[in-house]
Amino acid sequence: MHSFNDIFETYNWDEVKGSIYAKTGADVEKALSATKRTLEDFKALVSPAAAPYLEQMAQLSQQLTLKRFGKVIQMYVPLYLSNECSNICTYCGFSYDNKVRRKTLSPMEIMQEVAVIKDMGYEHVLLVTGEDNVTVHVDYFKKALELIRPHFAHISMEVQPMDLEDYEQLTPYGLNTVLVYQETYHREDYKKHHPKGKKSNFKYRLETPDRLGQAGIHKMGLGVLIGLEDWRTDCFFTALHLNYLEKRYWQSKYSLSFPRLRPFSGGLEPKVEMNDRELVQLICAYRLFNEEVELSISTRESPRFRNNIIKLGITSISAGSKTNPGGYAVEPESLEQFEISDERSPAEIARVISQQGYEPVWKDWDNCLT
Amino acid sequence: MLKIADKTFSSRLFTGTGKFSSSALMEEALVASGSELVTVALKRVDVKNNDQDDLLIRLKYPHINLLPNTSGVRNAKEAVFAAQLAREALETNWIKLEIHPDPKYLMPDPIETLKATEELAKMGFVVLPYIHADPVLCKRLEDAGTAAVMPLGSPIGSNKGLKTIDFLEIIIAQSNVPVIVDAGIGSPSDAARALEIGADAVLVNTAIAVSGDPVRMAAAFKIAVEAGRMAFEAKLASPVSHAVASSPLTSFLDA
Repeated sequence: MHSFNDIFETYNWDEVKGSIYAKTGADVEKALSATKRTLEDFKALVSPAAAPYLEQMAQLSQQLTLKRFGKVIQMYVPLYLSNECSNICTYCGFSYDNKVRRKTLSPMEIMQEVAVIKDMGYEHVLLVTGEDNVTVHVDYFKKALELIRPHFAHISMEVQPMDLEDYEQLTPYGLNTVLVYQETYHREDYKKHHPKGKKSNFKYRLETPDRLGQAGIHKMGLGVLIGLEDWRTDCFFTALHLNYLEKRYWQSKYSLSFPRLRPFSGGLEPKVEMNDRELVQLICAYRLFNEEVELSISTRESPRFRNNIIKLGITSISAGSKTNPGGYAVEPESLEQFEISDERSPAEIARVISQQGYEPVWKDWDNCLT
Repeated sequence: MLKIADKTFSSRLFTGTGKFSSSALMEEALVASGSELVTVALKRVDVKNNDQDDLLIRLKYPHINLLPNTSGVRNAKEAVFAAQLAREALETNWIKLEIHPDPKYLMPDPIETLKATEELAKMGFVVLPYIHADPVLCKRLEDAGTAAVMPLGSPIGSNKGLKTIDFLEIIIAQSNVPVIVDAGIGSPSDAARALEIGADAVLVNTAIAVSGDPVRMAAAFKIAVEAGRMAFEAKLASPVSHAVASSPLTSFLDA
């Protein structure tokens, strides 16, 4: 069975990085004027040479996003089910070696959280866990989905990568979307950041979107954790991965995220900083490269940044998020995965979206379609 | 007057409800368009509490007929299920069949669409399928009991106009059911052109919703569609590329 790994192995990190940093203004101009953009164009658009063209990129990104998605922004919210984790990840608050109280929500606690989230108006929920295959496994997810499904129109998941059979078992329970971020495509650095646990298997994670495609999942989300490695190179590999998946699993939808490393208690400082201008450049580059991909922004970013990014190319946003299991109702004070930057309520964010001339959309899927 | 199944329409401009910056603006634009058939994605509305759904409340006009669509389904089975749900929730047996298993370009699946049309027509639905501009498929859909055909003018949402015009002309020439050009219409002149060549109606969404002023643009489409239809009824003069002065090839016959 061929997978993305076959393509990935034909690339060399340093060569890709070198070719991105060698791009010139002329390459950027060529990319801007192209009607169909290639991976080489994407390299130019994320390169340092594109910095002076940021306003032009933003205007193009806005136009393309309007054409495809219209003046709407989708609303979603995470629901953390568990922070138990057998992996060591140097940048994560749930890391096995991090001394926090561990918690996995019981069925009754899940329903308490659901009630609060429903009150906020949400119809799209993102279920999040760490990776503990002893307590938080396929059977736990089935039970959780059974409880949650009647209350939401759209259910997404961001949990440990699973086997094909597991995904096939979960889709009949209403699982629509799975997010699985590679964190970094730098194989050696990946090993450094994931020294212990199932997650240390780079290839298993890299091939997860292939398994999702084979399982016929409706939508999958890709991305890297920005701050671990050179973001331009990492995002090139994300674009390469997306390109491969779209052609092969043409019945699935795709979304991209671009989380910047956030501080947590006792955590790692980012190796590579990405400033706001660069994040805008990346968002616009993704949009110019792919007109149909959904782009998602979380509460990791600041209120000012989020207010201004609405019109630039993103298509979905979370608000009022809690990043700890039980954070909405059960145990609001427990330790979170990362500190969020935007504390505003969903209603406030919806108002901000309306003020920008966009409509916040709470429901864009139906249970009956899954 | 245009007649589809048991309904007559004085407006030949059908519209959609997506991509507007607010539901209030959508309402204003759709009223300005004069449209009497408005499509709504089942996935966007709250079918369980449809009397409280903001989008549906705003479409409650005596002249507006709802046309639920199955956007999001990937095969005939899902489409039939969604149509039944729509019939129950929105109390209409009209359904715009959209089966696009490809979420990137939103290309309609001809095989599944034909299958679903057959089933839904048997179940008493008024089926309006979104399809490629494929003349043979249109005839097969007629046989299957479709109420109309909705071929695309160009890729959906592309605003590229009538790229499929040669095929649309064949479809129009041989169709026994109304032909509604569904996707890709980017400007009022595209809409006028579709009506001029004999399309019975057009469906426009993106070009109105994403324009600088959706209400004015809706009004512009209204006029363009009326003009296009009037021109069709008045019978266009054939285009002539040069003046015909002498007949060098056949003048010998006059001698």
